[in-house]
Amino acid sequence: MSAQPAPVDGRPAIVRIRDLVKEYRRGAEVVRVLDGLSLDIAQGDFVALMGPSGSGKSTLLNLIGGLDRPTSGSLEVEGLRIDQLTEGSLTRWRADHVGFIFQMYNLLPVLTAERNVELPLLLTNLDREQRQRRVDAALKLVGLEHRAKHRPRELSGGQEQRVGIARAIVTDPTLLLCDEPTGDLDRKSGDEVLTLLEALNDEYGKTIIMVTHDPHAAERAHRVIHLDKGLLSEDRR
Amino acid sequence: MIALARYLPLLAASLRRKRLRTFFTVASILVAFLLFGLAESMRFALQSGVEVAGADRLMTMHKVSFTQLLPASYESRIKSIDGVVAVTPQTWFGGWFQDERNQIPTFPSKPEAYLRIYPEIRLPEDQKQAWIADRAGILIGRSIADLFGWKVGDTVPLRSAIWPREDGSETWDVTVRAIFDLPNGGDTRQIVMHQDYFDEGKQYTKGLIGWYVIKVADVDRAQAIGRQIDAMFANSPAETKTSSERAMAQSFMNQIGNIGAILSAIVAAVFFTMLLVTGNTMAQSVRERTNEIGVLKTLGFSNPGVLGMVLGESVLVTVIGGMTGMLLALWIGVQFEPVLKQYLPGFRVPPSAFVEATLYMVALGLVAGAAPAWQAMRLRIVEALRRD
Repeated sequence: MSAQPAPVDGRPAIVRIRDLVKEYRRGAEVVRVLDGLSLDIAQGDFVALMGPSGSGKSTLLNLIGGLDRPTSGSLEVEGLRIDQLTEGSLTRWRADHVGFIFQMYNLLPVLTAERNVELPLLLTNLDREQRQRRVDAALKLVGLEHRAKHRPRELSGGQEQRVGIARAIVTDPTLLLCDEPTGDLDRKSGDEVLTLLEALNDEYGKTIIMVTHDPHAAERAHRVIHLDKGLLSEDRR
Repeated sequence: MIALARYLPLLAASLRRKRLRTFFTVASILVAFLLFGLAESMRFALQSGVEVAGADRLMTMHKVSFTQLLPASYESRIKSIDGVVAVTPQTWFGGWFQDERNQIPTFPSKPEAYLRIYPEIRLPEDQKQAWIADRAGILIGRSIADLFGWKVGDTVPLRSAIWPREDGSETWDVTVRAIFDLPNGGDTRQIVMHQDYFDEGKQYTKGLIGWYVIKVADVDRAQAIGRQIDAMFANSPAETKTSSERAMAQSFMNQIGNIGAILSAIVAAVFFTMLLVTGNTMAQSVRERTNEIGVLKTLGFSNPGVLGMVLGESVLVTVIGGMTGMLLALWIGVQFEPVLKQYLPGFRVPPSAFVEATLYMVALGLVAGAAPAWQAMRLRIVEALRRD
């Protein structure tokens, strides 16, 4: 735990990163992907993280989401030093606070849309009826209540991604982390997904951090952060 | 348990992923447990005779082998031993009816002594007296009566390939005088005929009998009496070996061949193969789902949770296959009971086998799933998500 995070643009910082270093070992070679990075992200912000391949943007997203651990530096989310959490605590924290949206949707092919959305709720104490109500609400929010009983292979790419979004928001997390959410979609479906993300940000106050290669997608964000060879630069709207 | 029930649809869905592979794996396990169920049924049938054998009954047979005969004169000498309540000679008659496949365990005995030695046998008093009075009368078990539709008063031609009559014929005409039941369980597939009628009628080895069954007054003295009997006939042309009826029944089974042990060895080999088959299936299944396991972990499924899920899936496969196999074995026992009861009365899956089988199913599932589950648990999320 640490003190109350400092505000960003008058809003409290939900993510606070200081001197973050991430190194990978590739055989005998040590590759430093993030080199002393510091960054604050405000609560309710919609941030696009851009950069060339290998710039470390997905690594940064994984670290913020608690999927990986930094080599050094501090990483605070909602005032909690997640880099200091034990494996079990980090897992529980992730389930409670973070929703993930993947480029390839990563739905379980053997489950229907509604059972895919229900997955994170299996870790809660909600009973079957409560879980179903939440699932129905999430699917309705993404406009796919009529496709609840369909399996992923029966859905279009855009619909699969919307199911992925429903799964990410079903536990009502504060932070949504999106890794190239439109990277595998056509322009129309991509726009629908981005509109949905905007709505989640504007209407439901979700903080969104989105890794993208696509400048068109980045335009929807309030803030665009460029990451290249460990250096950060920023466009603010 | 609640958590497991919650994950059950997820586990079941995983099994539907590759239906054909799951089917073959489940079918292999089914066959293994079907074999196990049948082997246990066979063991149960073979053991049932041993288990009902009384501790207060001794059997004295020839020291060399039970196929060697003993003098009938031993009976009175055994009877004179203190603590002996009753003695009857018995011989393996090798009886059959109509068709040689209709083999019936038939034992020439002394009726009164026989009924004293086996008080658990229940028969109406009038039938008892009628049997004792008729030298050509037989006492039959309820199974035999039901099997051939015999009634009291029926005269039946019993045949023996071992013991021809004095006129060379194989047929012994006997009359059903009594039908017995064993209310506390046991094999009623048996015929008891008069020793005197048998001895007078047989062509050769008159005055010789197969073995003696002895009832003792005090179970605690049974061993000492057995030693006393053997000492009595030591250094004679027909030395004896006396042991409890239970030990004798067991040793008889062992002489047939330790079928139970042979079956156990076969089943163990099949189980070991199943372990490899199931282990391979699970390993393949986990390998194919690396990305999905990464997603589950991303969503907040813990490492022990993932371990439990893979183990649960493995156990689910073995329990589905195993239970189906056991139920099939049970069904076979019921369906073939009319045919089998002639050769193997009591051939059925005993309840204890279901308990044992369930333990084996769980153990098989856990061992087969251990390595893939451990692998899944140790999988790092970022690496798992990178593999597609």
